[in-house]
Amino acid sequence: MKLSLTTLKTNNPMTNIYIGSLLFILSIFDVFIYSFLNLNITSFLPGNLTIFFPLIIGLIGLSFIRMEYTGIKFIDNLNKHINTTNFNALLTLLIIFTVLKAIPPALSWMILDANISGETKEACTGTGACWTYIKVWFKRFMYGMYPNELHWRINSAFILVIALGFVGYFFKENLKKYLALYYVIIYPIIAFLIIYYLISGGSFGLVWVETGAWGGLSLTFIVSFFCLIFCFPLGMILALGRRSNLPAIRYISICYIEFWRGVPLITVLFMSSVMFPMFLPEDFFMDKLVRVIIAITLFEAAYCAEVIRGGLQALPRGQYDAAKSLGMGYWKMHIFVILPQALKLVIPGIANTFLALVKDTPLIFVVGLAELAGMLALAKTNPKWLGFAMEGYIFAAIIFWIICYAMSKYSYNLERKYKTER
Amino acid sequence: MNNKIKKLIPQVLTILFVVLIFGFFTINAQVNMDNRGIDFGFGFLKQEASFDMQFTLLDYDGQDSYLWAYVVALLNTLLVSFLGIIFCTILGVIIGVARLSQNFLIRNSAAWYVEFFRNIPLLLQIFFWYYAALRALPLPETAEPWFGVTYMTIKGYYIPSMIWENFNVFLSCLIAAIVSIIFIRIYAKKLQEREGKQLPIFYISIGLLIILPLLSFLIGGVKLDFELPVLKQLAQTSFIFEGGIALPPELIALVVALSLYTSTFVAECVRAGIQGISKGQKEAAASVGLNPNQILKLVIMPQALRIIIPPTTNQYLNLTKNSSLAAAIAYPDLVLVFAGTALMQTGKAIEIVGITMLTYLTISLLIAALMNWYNKKIEIKEK
Repeated sequence: MKLSLTTLKTNNPMTNIYIGSLLFILSIFDVFIYSFLNLNITSFLPGNLTIFFPLIIGLIGLSFIRMEYTGIKFIDNLNKHINTTNFNALLTLLIIFTVLKAIPPALSWMILDANISGETKEACTGTGACWTYIKVWFKRFMYGMYPNELHWRINSAFILVIALGFVGYFFKENLKKYLALYYVIIYPIIAFLIIYYLISGGSFGLVWVETGAWGGLSLTFIVSFFCLIFCFPLGMILALGRRSNLPAIRYISICYIEFWRGVPLITVLFMSSVMFPMFLPEDFFMDKLVRVIIAITLFEAAYCAEVIRGGLQALPRGQYDAAKSLGMGYWKMHIFVILPQALKLVIPGIANTFLALVKDTPLIFVVGLAELAGMLALAKTNPKWLGFAMEGYIFAAIIFWIICYAMSKYSYNLERKYKTER
Repeated sequence: MNNKIKKLIPQVLTILFVVLIFGFFTINAQVNMDNRGIDFGFGFLKQEASFDMQFTLLDYDGQDSYLWAYVVALLNTLLVSFLGIIFCTILGVIIGVARLSQNFLIRNSAAWYVEFFRNIPLLLQIFFWYYAALRALPLPETAEPWFGVTYMTIKGYYIPSMIWENFNVFLSCLIAAIVSIIFIRIYAKKLQEREGKQLPIFYISIGLLIILPLLSFLIGGVKLDFELPVLKQLAQTSFIFEGGIALPPELIALVVALSLYTSTFVAECVRAGIQGISKGQKEAAASVGLNPNQILKLVIMPQALRIIIPPTTNQYLNLTKNSSLAAAIAYPDLVLVFAGTALMQTGKAIEIVGITMLTYLTISLLIAALMNWYNKKIEIKEK
């Protein structure tokens, strides 16, 4: 029997697997024990070798496992997916070790050593996170400075608006042709009226709450909702304008789109808050929130227009020619033939634009509207609750991540759905 | 005739509409400014700015003009964008390639990296790094050195600065090296086309890049010294580092957040580009007898880059625009200094916001024009 390290040949091919698995498991075991129980079983080794020891024996183990074809499904899958070459094996080990090392501190900070009971800062005694802070400020993060006893108004307004959004699904067959009309014109108006009368109040015996008190996550929703429903029609008009045969309309659309796409949103918001009031008649006052919504709408409409233009361009020329040969005019052609097909094509793109819009809304913080990021900044500087910035931002990040991830997954599904249909 | 009028009417109406809006705004602005006693003009640019900036690349103090403050602030913006672009490209390419790895763990880690950083608003990420992560760093007196000579502290990152003697000689040597490499490459290409010989261009280039600047040290009298950051005690409990270059935490937070966020988008572009090349290309190249390196260099990359570069440039542009979020953590960029402080002091809202927007617009249009030119150059020339 010859024994060489590179091609270890024995009568039993399983020997390699046994040795390799043993070394591999040993290396993981070493790191696991070290990170969870803080026990260094290789402390007898000199200096830096202790650190690299699991890596080295893990690598040797994986290369043993890789040496021979065994026919065992699990091992073959392992070789195929995480253990193809030495380099891949190294990366695999590094990832496993990083995860193992990262779990204990993250776990102890987030859960084991964290506090959630109590109502004041003093309740937080552990070295971990202070979720009491989030618990106490939760209503502020959600509703801003909106009076506590009036929160039902925001909730009911949102429920109403969402419910109305689903009404379209239940339209009877003979009403279906008005669906677009409903969503583009009637729905925004009704939604605006609901939000205005219910959240702002001032009539029907409801107390007036000025927009300065609005805030938190609900403000994020309000701003993104309005920008979303207003920027879509505007974007459509601009997209049609950019593809028009009429030079004046085309160039005006191009100028508009390129201008808004060329400037950062933050300067647009600055413009809406300091420059725009100068352009209005003297005694005409426009609420800051309204100005911000207008600014974001104008800004996002340019991006929307480019997405819709992509859809218009993707339609084959034959569609235009066919519609024209039936004697349809410009508007008839677009409303009944072109737009229904083009808009179906761009739904994923539009969803992505809306996703960007939602991610951009925290920016309204810079003009002094306290949505979630703004409330966090406020809470962070509250003298009673100093030093909990980390918890606040992690909380906000989790909330935004869930919203955005859900949206992006939804748009991905839409994309797949419409791809297969064509 | 009828048709012409039919085409003319909507155009005239649109133009009229636009002119009316602009006219309405101009008249209102005139009235408003008259009422408040503000006059329109750019004369203020020459006035003394009289505010300080925390971090500048060029010499600046409060006695300089607003125009100079604008230039300095613009440079700060460009610095952040430049650093962000470099780091996001490196990260993005690595993650993009990793997303296509055969290794299950690597592929999924990369996918989760992308999903994680892409779906958190950039502003929150910047806040997180600035207010939460960087605040957990040690104070100057307890800071451990990184790589021996640099110090990461709560007050910023201290790195050694370089002190050059006869820097011009060094620079001209470097330029000479680059120019000669370009010429040698052209010559090598011609030689290959004419005689089929291949020069080892890569090694020649590396050699030239090392040898020529090295010569300037030996013969040209160039000297390079490092000034190390040294801990200095100001008072009983207050320490700072002196000497070297101090990168403020605002800059670090901004660059980290921008590059992590944008790298996810770059990664997606890279992945799409590599996936966009059909397998047949690789197999065809292999069957012609090219080795894996040559396949990557001569067949895959030129085609993949054609797909990758346009959307990636778009992301660079987004990064540049997003760098304006610096204003939220008080990094002295264009928006904070000019549209913030200068606007407060002068009250010239229209001029200042206009200049700021125009600056960003110019950068965007310049890059877009460059992109169009590049696209024309690399597009597949069909007969």
